[in-house]
Amino acid sequence: FADLADMSLSGDITVEGEITVPVGAPSPDEDFSTLDEPVRETIMRDLKAVGKKFVHVMYPKKSSTLLRDWDLWGPLVLCVSLALMLQGGSADSKEDGGPQFAEVFVIIWFGAVVITLNSKLLGGTISFFQSLCVLGYCVLPLTVAMLVCRLVLLAGAGTISFVVRLLVVLAMFAWSTLASTAFLADSQPPNRKALVVYPIFLFYFVISWMILTFTPQ
Amino acid sequence: ASKAFSLYANIDILRPYFDVEPAQVRARLLESMIPVKMVNFPQKIAGELYGPLMLVFTLVAILLHGMKTSDTIIREGTLMGTAIGTCFGYWLGVSSFIYFLAYLCNAQITMVQMLSLLGYGLFGHCITLFVTYNIHFHSLFYIFWLGVGGLSTLRMVAVLVSRTVGHTQRLILCGTLAALHMLFLLYLHFAYHKVVEGILDTLEGPNVPPFQRVARDIPVVSNALLNTTAKAAALTL
Repeated sequence: FADLADMSLSGDITVEGEITVPVGAPSPDEDFSTLDEPVRETIMRDLKAVGKKFVHVMYPKKSSTLLRDWDLWGPLVLCVSLALMLQGGSADSKEDGGPQFAEVFVIIWFGAVVITLNSKLLGGTISFFQSLCVLGYCVLPLTVAMLVCRLVLLAGAGTISFVVRLLVVLAMFAWSTLASTAFLADSQPPNRKALVVYPIFLFYFVISWMILTFTPQ
Repeated sequence: ASKAFSLYANIDILRPYFDVEPAQVRARLLESMIPVKMVNFPQKIAGELYGPLMLVFTLVAILLHGMKTSDTIIREGTLMGTAIGTCFGYWLGVSSFIYFLAYLCNAQITMVQMLSLLGYGLFGHCITLFVTYNIHFHSLFYIFWLGVGGLSTLRMVAVLVSRTVGHTQRLILCGTLAALHMLFLLYLHFAYHKVVEGILDTLEGPNVPPFQRVARDIPVVSNALLNTTAKAAALTL
């Protein structure tokens, strides 16, 4: 080892590489910190993420964006708008014969929790909030159906409007179920897909039923 | 974080009860309508909870459909709340009650097995209500009530008889279960049925005040309904 000792003492070894001393430059932590950016930027980034997920639901390809970065803003917005649109649909103006706001809210979230627990108990590999996220986002076609139903009901409440509403709600129900199945069924063992799809079918059936039977005063 | 872990620990307790294949669920659904006459040897009961849970939710969905088509107006309550409360209350409550009776009568059955048995017994109810909420013939309902309801009740009764010793005990246990199961189907049909209203109006004429279907007094309503329906059926026969 005597040679090595001689070499290190000579001090004429060229070393490749760069050394930068961060003087006045932001430390690596601050690059990922988003506390200093303007609020508008934060909101726009979240809104863009939500919007991208809406597009993914309307055109369900087998991508994993919905699963990877889950967020619950979209489901919250959809749930609240659906519950608001289902208001005022009662036979008696003083008593509420239609679903109350809290009822719709509880049905959607409780139903989503039950389906998630069920798919986890059946041996699924998806996490709790990812599944909630997917189920919430796939309520989007049904919210669109609710909007269409309200517009159709503005025009009149006869048989033709009922048939139109029935077809629209059926189509959107199928779309919702297929979209959520496309995202969720992959995380299940292959021979149990039917066991997971059935509760999802029931869940969207109940929501579609609430939409279809909505009659404004 | 520790609370979250305890939640997941609780989920894992239930995991073995959900370990089923779709073919098994299908087979068990069909078996629930076939009474097996083997009473000397305890019959096997599958202790799974997926099928019964799905059947209870399906019954809730069918009830909602029936309530909407019969224009039931619920005051001081909600349609969904009533449907869920009725179905889950029946499944959990009657299971616990029969399990308690089974404990008194020395029958060999565990709570999970009882839940599973009664849950699969609701399959007959689901079929009957699904058909009769859409096709409103009273005689059809009675045929389904006796046939389909009777078959699923007989299956449950046979299983319980095979697991109980002694005539009195068998009678108590099976009589209670049969009565509750059949009466529940009758109740579900008559509490939310709109054809009865039509029959009442045409038979009694304008002297009777319009029928107030206020579901707050559902037991009173269904008694009145049962009486007038029996009267109407006797008149039409």
